[in-house]
Amino acid sequence: MNRTEVTKDGLTHVRPGREALTGAIEHAGPRRRRGAEQAMVPDAAFTSYYGKPVINKPVWEAPDIPGYLFLGGLAGGSALLAAGAELTGRRRLARRSKVAANAAAVLSTAALVHDLGRPERFLNMLRVMKPTSPMSMGSWVLAPFGGISTVAAVLDLLGRLPLVGKLATFTAAALGLPLASYTAALLADTAVPSWHEGYREMPFVFVASAAASAGGLGIAVAPLHESAPARRMAVAGGLAELALSKVMEKRMGLPGEAYSEGRAHRYMQAAEGLTAAGAVGAVVGRRSRVLSALSGLAVLAGSVCTRWGIFHAGLQSAEDPKYTVVPQRERLRLRGQRQPVRV
Amino acid sequence: MGTSFGRGGATTFQQDLQNADCIVIQGSNMAECHPVGFQWVMEAKARGATVIHVDPRFTRTSALADIHVPLRAGTDIAFLGGIVNYVLQHDKYFRDYVVEYTNAPTIITDEFRDTEDLDGVFSGLDPDNRKYDFHTWQYEGMEAIQAASGERDQEYEDRSEEEKGEEERSGTGQGGDPGSSASSAGRGHSHGSGGPDIGTGIPETDPTLEHPRCVFQIVKRHYSRYTPEMVEEVCGVPRDLFLRVCRELTENSGRDRTSAFVYAVGWTQHSVGVQYIRTAAVLQLLLGNIGRPGGGILALRGHASIQGSTDIPTLYNLLPGYIPMPHAHTNEDLDAFVSAEGTDKGYWADMRAYTVSLLKAWWGGAATEENDYCFDYLPRLTGDHSHYEFVMAQMDGMCKGYFLAGENPAVGSANGKMQRLGMANLDWLVVRDFSLIESATFWKDGPEIETGELRTEDIGTEVFFFPAAAHTEKNGSFTNTQRMLQWHHMAVEPEGAARSDLWFYFHLGRLIRRKLAGSTDAMDRPVLDLTWDYPTEGGIEEPSADAVLAEINGWDADGQPLSSYEQLNGDGSTACGCWIYCGVYTDGVNQAARRKPAREQNWVANEWGWAWPANRRILYNRASADPDGKPWSDRKALVWWDEEKALWQGHDIPDFASSKSPHYRPPVGARGAEALAGVDPFVMQADGKGWLFVPAGLTDGPLPTHYEPQDSPFRNLLYTQQRNPVRQVFSRKENRYHPHAGEPGWDVFPYVITTYRLTEHHTAGGMTRWLPYLSELQPEFFCEVSPELASERGLEHLGWATIVTARSAVEARVLVTERMTPLRVQGRTVHQIGLPYHWGTSGYSVGDAANELSSFVLDPNVHIQEVKAFSGDIRPGRRPRGPALPALVEEYQRRAGITAQTGMEV
Amino acid sequence: MSPELLDVAFLETQTPAAASGYGEAPPRMGFFTDTSVCIGCKACEVACKEWNHVPEDGLVFTGMSYDNTGGLGADSWRHVAFVEQRKPLGFQESGVEHDGVGETTELRWLMASDVCKHCTHAACLDVCPTGSLFRTEFGTVVVQEDICNGCGYCIPACPYGVIDQRKGDGRAWKCTLCYDRISVGMEPACAKACPTDSIQFGELEELRRRADRRLEQLHAAGIADARLYGRDPDDGVGGDGAFFLLLDEPEVYGLPPDPVVTTRDLPSMYRHVAAAAAVLLAGAVASFVRRRP
Repeated sequence: MNRTEVTKDGLTHVRPGREALTGAIEHAGPRRRRGAEQAMVPDAAFTSYYGKPVINKPVWEAPDIPGYLFLGGLAGGSALLAAGAELTGRRRLARRSKVAANAAAVLSTAALVHDLGRPERFLNMLRVMKPTSPMSMGSWVLAPFGGISTVAAVLDLLGRLPLVGKLATFTAAALGLPLASYTAALLADTAVPSWHEGYREMPFVFVASAAASAGGLGIAVAPLHESAPARRMAVAGGLAELALSKVMEKRMGLPGEAYSEGRAHRYMQAAEGLTAAGAVGAVVGRRSRVLSALSGLAVLAGSVCTRWGIFHAGLQSAEDPKYTVVPQRERLRLRGQRQPVRV
Repeated sequence: MGTSFGRGGATTFQQDLQNADCIVIQGSNMAECHPVGFQWVMEAKARGATVIHVDPRFTRTSALADIHVPLRAGTDIAFLGGIVNYVLQHDKYFRDYVVEYTNAPTIITDEFRDTEDLDGVFSGLDPDNRKYDFHTWQYEGMEAIQAASGERDQEYEDRSEEEKGEEERSGTGQGGDPGSSASSAGRGHSHGSGGPDIGTGIPETDPTLEHPRCVFQIVKRHYSRYTPEMVEEVCGVPRDLFLRVCRELTENSGRDRTSAFVYAVGWTQHSVGVQYIRTAAVLQLLLGNIGRPGGGILALRGHASIQGSTDIPTLYNLLPGYIPMPHAHTNEDLDAFVSAEGTDKGYWADMRAYTVSLLKAWWGGAATEENDYCFDYLPRLTGDHSHYEFVMAQMDGMCKGYFLAGENPAVGSANGKMQRLGMANLDWLVVRDFSLIESATFWKDGPEIETGELRTEDIGTEVFFFPAAAHTEKNGSFTNTQRMLQWHHMAVEPEGAARSDLWFYFHLGRLIRRKLAGSTDAMDRPVLDLTWDYPTEGGIEEPSADAVLAEINGWDADGQPLSSYEQLNGDGSTACGCWIYCGVYTDGVNQAARRKPAREQNWVANEWGWAWPANRRILYNRASADPDGKPWSDRKALVWWDEEKALWQGHDIPDFASSKSPHYRPPVGARGAEALAGVDPFVMQADGKGWLFVPAGLTDGPLPTHYEPQDSPFRNLLYTQQRNPVRQVFSRKENRYHPHAGEPGWDVFPYVITTYRLTEHHTAGGMTRWLPYLSELQPEFFCEVSPELASERGLEHLGWATIVTARSAVEARVLVTERMTPLRVQGRTVHQIGLPYHWGTSGYSVGDAANELSSFVLDPNVHIQEVKAFSGDIRPGRRPRGPALPALVEEYQRRAGITAQTGMEV
Repeated sequence: MSPELLDVAFLETQTPAAASGYGEAPPRMGFFTDTSVCIGCKACEVACKEWNHVPEDGLVFTGMSYDNTGGLGADSWRHVAFVEQRKPLGFQESGVEHDGVGETTELRWLMASDVCKHCTHAACLDVCPTGSLFRTEFGTVVVQEDICNGCGYCIPACPYGVIDQRKGDGRAWKCTLCYDRISVGMEPACAKACPTDSIQFGELEELRRRADRRLEQLHAAGIADARLYGRDPDDGVGGDGAFFLLLDEPEVYGLPPDPVVTTRDLPSMYRHVAAAAAVLLAGAVASFVRRRP
């Protein structure tokens, strides 16, 4: 019955249409007595909207972004290696690492710019300095690193202004630390399950990977008698990289499974093989220039594969709604409520 | 509705739905096709109203309804008849209302035989001419009754006899058979506005409703076989669900509660379409829901101004204001015309004034008493010139030229192939539309070109395309679904060559008149004598729509605007382009342009726009008060009699002589409005009553009766008579019908097909399929099928299906959905197939047109096609291309044993 | 420290506008989308595209009920979801019968118009390196198309999958809550076009009160599975500026059940990054230290 009365004086109990009720109990007929109670029964299976992803997949593409992750690490690591070599008088290792650091920095910047939807606006990256944006902070690290590593490399090659060169080398090393590690925050600071859930471990995976790649390159380019530190960095970094990635996958829970699927899985496996082989080779082949070089490159390639694997694991977890929905459901269940709403 | 109540317009307005206690939406998908108007259904829901949606499909309307009742398409009369029976068997009718305001007590002549007596047909059937002689349907003791609307010319012969005697009779004899002229000519939409004549004398009545031949008892007997069990067997609606609807509706009707019915073309587009609406009218009269707040029958139109296009008609058989177009009777002059078509009682008694004023508006000074006000300038009907008739005339080479304005028959009309074959056989074709619609390009990319049935080089039709202006690019008015005129103003001038219809026809007329200037040929006088002098505005010389509206409204001898059709005279002193619109330009002010906000007036909003008649929003609203003039209920007060002021007062403008006391009784021999008593709310009806039983005005019977659709996979369980005996059928090789259940080959077409619209597109798509924003929302032609049908026929979701009838085959993407439900009908399961009919070969979003499948089979009253229910087959995969397509259709015809006689029986 | 970092610090005492440094700010404006009165007409989708000149993005027949839009993205700022379920809507009689058991099959057709949530703690805004995304005085989140350089960081940052990159344009686009319209006192195009008031625009506080009343109303009517989504200021994004009344679990509509602004963990991320950097330094030093035999 309509509560509104059309009296001689006009309408009473008028209510807006937005308060319309469909299937209200007052209209319950004889045929259907079930219903409301039933609806309260929570779904057993995980549900989604026609299997479509909940979050939008990153538009970042390979090789730009995984390449950037790798090159950033290589640059940072090499800068450190260069500084160490400079201090310990390993001239060739120092020079070649400075060049590597600088080249990696330039290439990584190129990759970053290339991936922009509007590359001509790359300078907007330095428009503001925004602590809440790892990408902003990264830009503020990468930019000076690029400049200073250039100075360090060029002066070394020209053999001019040794003091300035030293200063540049050590400054680059200092900037290399955040450069090699911040990219973990860059990935983790998203809603991509297989990235975000690894935010505790990923920075360590990345620095390990950075050390491994820099060390690996060091072995490859430096003469045997100078490459011992690089060798240690490569082996220790490589092994740490492998171990920590495993820890990260495990601790993540469901999103960790994305690392064992599809492309991500293949890259992670390749990373294991290459890094392990490289590490072993670096140790047993430390008397052979050739073996050392090959081992170094293997570790370097392992680092590349790790970055690619992590990158693709993220994309995969973004494409499948279960990686978003199931952990959130679990979280709600643990919080002991059905959903963040008032029922 | 015209024949039931006196006027063909919706009896209420959308905003008043908010006051209904129960709303039954049937034959309409309101939420999808009228989403804006649906907000008032939502308001009713918010206040506790029950909303029931009766529809073959679970649609977006059903999703918001409390009860969805799926039924077999084409069985609504059985369903509603079942409710009528429930109401009568359980005494749920509103007795005081029925006795006082309907013709229930009226006694019918003893010659009348009902379908009960004749197994599905009424007395007076002439099988050879497929028509009824209505004489045995008369009120006892009365002369021939003149219908409010519908087939008034039926009685031309009798009434000219009365008027003219022997001489005229022989004349009409020579004039051919006027009866057949009339019954074939039809009335377009039966939206009459005027009252019938019940001749002389007082009809015999029995207020106790006991007399065996009183309308009440006849109706009761007629529907006694429409039992819940029968409804279940015919409609596939489970008994308990049906009874629940009966309870909801009856519990929410009566003295203190009112229920409303909402319908659209889901009811009209059937071979018994008019009778669908009649059934609802009978039901609403019995429940006392007409003329009251929250009650009524709301007819939702398919286009912005369809109501307007019947008020000031684009129909061949009506003149403005529902004045019938004269027939080609010998020596028929204005007086003969008026006496034959007019009435003695009710407002239609002033038909002469309306007609003369119209002639004065058209021919001004040239229209004089001496020349019968140019009555002879009016064209004459020689038969049925309705859409489907002239398409066949085109195919037969009799019709040579064709104007298409805002219509796309190649997609939107039944049997698309015949539409195109007709257009391909013209000398010239003018298309006025926004874009190059299928009807303008069929000669190069129509389906017949693909199949090889037509070759472009063989088509002689010269096609002229004129781009049309949108409503935002011109001034003018819409007359919407509730008879309300709303003015729209030009926002921008039309781009390029686009022009308004007004511009096109005005300047076309100007050019023709220039060519004819100085002609002495009498044939040219009607054109040359027209008043064709509208002022034009702007660089494009747009005629002033305001000036046209002023002419429609009319003026007196001094050129002063009129304010009411009661001021019209038959002596040539007034001019009025459409008598029912008289008052829209009161005081020289464009009343249709009024936009007083809702918050500044009551819900009736009489100061928003202007509605005919006389700006009344709820018709017959005198019925909202009891015989003494008091509201039936304190919670349902609309208009009431104020004793002190001796006036009718209320929220709406009374649809009644404002000073006529409820206790007024007409003196013997009174004429016109004077002859209506104070208790006669249906002021356009001769007896002032709502008609449960229609003694005249309908070609297919005085009471709605269930007949199966032309193409149906089921027998008519109610009677031996399978189909509407006087439906219009046409045996042509492009228009073959299906055998009905029981006949051999019927099971070649075992499924029920229904066509409809989606929110995202508009009718034949001319306004939407070219728009990216709308096309992307419904990009492809699809068919909706149930999972059960899908597995029965091996259809895959998102795959393709081919749907076949004896006319053609189309392909559609498959949308498998549980919203489509199988029904149990006559002991077996029947599946229904849903087909939105928007698509065609042109535009941004393209696809096959569902209307390739439908046929020419028409309602005999209004000649509307039956496209809401027909049978067909569905199979997986895409349809054959080229000549293989007609071959497939022929194979189906062979398998079903279809001949030129199939489905042609009476 | 930038205002956004204050966001991360979850200072509930401030409105987003105030937290973003607006002194005198108008009340926070938002949407309350009540899906229980949505009729799925998609007028919101079309009105949005018309007003904001969002391009048409392809004719794809998805077969996802009547949803051929698919989801929110750079070229769809409103998206009407259509869900056909074997569940009852309160005590609605669906009338349909499947499985041939001779009794009504529970069936309901849910429709819901989704839109950018304009989060209190907006990850897209936090991670934007250029400041292209900003917080308006109405507390809404808007992209400045003349600044966005298409780095794409905001896209994976959004926990709802709202913002996305426009093909051939490279920049990120999303609902602006019709910043241009509300700035001059008009309501957003979608809300204006909604025939049943399913989309309600107004001051967030008022909308929240209205939503609470509506929820009680529905529960009293026996529609027990109605629930509010994004209304709670204590949820993982500090409450949404555009929140919803849903009739089923959020994921049924493609919404995350427990969204969290990713930057909530950023401080911890930075700590781990710093630690990792230290480890790297240590490792590097260690690798140069000559071990005595």
